[in-house]
Amino acid sequence: MIRFVEITVQGLALGSVYALIAIGFVIIYKATGVLSFAQPGLMICGAYFTLYCRTVLGLDFVVAVALAVVLTATLGGLLERIALRPMVGEAVFAAVMVTIGLDTVLRVHVNALLGPQPRRMGDPWGLDRVEAGPFAFFQVNLATIVVTVAVVLAVVAFLTRTRYGLGMRATAFDQETSLAQGIPVGRMFNLSWVIAGALAAIAGAFVGSGGTGVTQATWVIALKALPVIIIGGLDSIGGALLAGAIIGLVEAYTAVYQPGYAPFLGRNFSLVAPYVVMLMVLMVRPYGLFGTPEVERV
Amino acid sequence: MTTGKPADALPRPRRAVRGRPGLRTSYRRDHAIFDTTTKRAWFGLLLGALALAPFLVSTEWVLLLSLVFSASIGAMGLNLISGYAGQISLGHAFFLGLGAYTGILVASPSGARLLGFGYDNVLVLLPLAGLVPALVGAVVAPLATRLRGLYLAVVTLGLVLLGEHLFREAVPVTGGVGTGRPGPRPTLFGFEFSSGGEILGVMVGRQQRMYLLALVVLVLLGTAAKNLVRSDVGRSFAAVRDRDIAAAIMGVNLNRTKVLAFAISSFYAGVAGALTASITGFVEPSGYNLLLSILYIAMVIIGGAATIVGSILGAAFITLMPRLVQELPEYLPFISTRATGSFPTVFQLERILYGLFIILFVVFEPRGLYGIWIRVRNYFKAWPFSY
Repeated sequence: MIRFVEITVQGLALGSVYALIAIGFVIIYKATGVLSFAQPGLMICGAYFTLYCRTVLGLDFVVAVALAVVLTATLGGLLERIALRPMVGEAVFAAVMVTIGLDTVLRVHVNALLGPQPRRMGDPWGLDRVEAGPFAFFQVNLATIVVTVAVVLAVVAFLTRTRYGLGMRATAFDQETSLAQGIPVGRMFNLSWVIAGALAAIAGAFVGSGGTGVTQATWVIALKALPVIIIGGLDSIGGALLAGAIIGLVEAYTAVYQPGYAPFLGRNFSLVAPYVVMLMVLMVRPYGLFGTPEVERV
Repeated sequence: MTTGKPADALPRPRRAVRGRPGLRTSYRRDHAIFDTTTKRAWFGLLLGALALAPFLVSTEWVLLLSLVFSASIGAMGLNLISGYAGQISLGHAFFLGLGAYTGILVASPSGARLLGFGYDNVLVLLPLAGLVPALVGAVVAPLATRLRGLYLAVVTLGLVLLGEHLFREAVPVTGGVGTGRPGPRPTLFGFEFSSGGEILGVMVGRQQRMYLLALVVLVLLGTAAKNLVRSDVGRSFAAVRDRDIAAAIMGVNLNRTKVLAFAISSFYAGVAGALTASITGFVEPSGYNLLLSILYIAMVIIGGAATIVGSILGAAFITLMPRLVQELPEYLPFISTRATGSFPTVFQLERILYGLFIILFVVFEPRGLYGIWIRVRNYFKAWPFSY
């Protein structure tokens, strides 16, 4: 039972990382209509920037993360302006392919800079635990959950209470009308990539901290944010949050309990369990739990 | 009452009108694959050159060209489902792997640790290697028919990852990660493709035999694909791609069309996977991953979506690129050739170039290499006029 609660917290922390990346996906999708496969690349960029600022420049961890967030957000904005702006008006599939190309280029560069050894991020919590009665939670898990909740609240506050947030919501609703109202739609596109880059950087910082460090295989974690957005619905931030929690929990429980109860599924089944859950949800709700069904005019 | 044709009826020409290749005089001529004598002649020359090539070029290039042929078959399959039927599929690697392992299962002799059935006749091996993925594709299709666009893309991505997991865990079939398994060794009623020897006094090595096998399979399947595309099935694919609701209103059976698209493209992928495994002689389960799917998508995009010739051009581009990139360090000395050398190594440069070319082609030439060919051809057709 104690173990169960500890694993729950671990699953929620994992789910928070997925939710951060997924919310970035959702924001870009809502604003531009393109599913950006470049998020894994931005996440690993954020992780690398944090690494660099912390270990090479010797900055304090929080400052390093903040600087990495700013850098990755700028990178996201630059990528949108250079590679995605020419694709406005083209078929969505083409823009998605451009993001896949961007992701490939980003990942190759960052993996080359990372090198074959795992790189430590010098985070302040490492493998330390917090004791609370009979439970012992990893500090990094608690930090991840707390920071994610704070960041999501900040994003929601931005979207609902600021003028730029209102502009982004208007652009997500109807691009042409927003343009007619004088909202700078191009700047909204850019802003969506900037926010997504920032979220990916925070996720990357948390993925890299807490024991194992950053390796050349770390980017695969971001791919699991895709089932999260599908289950939550491509255009729902709340759905991404909820689905992130679900997938994180599913993965954590599967990792611990599956080898004992269902060994025929193979080793490391927890890595593909999110996709199985996604397929099951899609059979019942083809647009995810909270996604809006597409209306097609013939 | 007159019988037969009226006196002033135009003769029905069997070939195109001389000097007027664009003048179509019958429906048959309109959608024929080779409608002018020139096209037939050039194609015959091409086939002849390709058939003679293995005896004239070095073994390395024979191997590369055989790989180009088998990759073209896979690219044609992906083009059928993504280019013609409009269903985005990131799951091609899964069907390639299924075909390869079906081929291995059918053809390899059974061993102590690994399963095998030992039927290595190519007429059994290749069709079965295509059929099993086709059945799996037909089973997966109903889920895909309910989904659109990006949801479909992510579901097919999930398929690839599930497939990776399956291939990793099914050790009696795949040999396990890191160990791998030898590819199938096809034969044709005793004639071995996978080892060299003399035929009618001419020395025909292993690579040459595999090359000729790949060429024959490519010509057969390519013709089938071309015919499929100009038939009513092909037209229903295009209708589903353009506006599936409108197609359904017009009477195209959506479910049947999508299931057919998945099944046929998976068949091609399976045959391609088995053929590639036979040519390279070794398969390792971690090779059928997302990167392979993206490579095939790159082949389709770079070659030209919704064209059969484009699949072959794209496959040639992607397959030959690593070989050409290897020549670069001679001219650009800052590129290192060792795997652990300083950035950029040739392997990383390859990956970067894939991504870069995808972006460049999508932004600047959406019709791909085939589109570039069309531009060149039109320039010379219209010369000396500008349009």
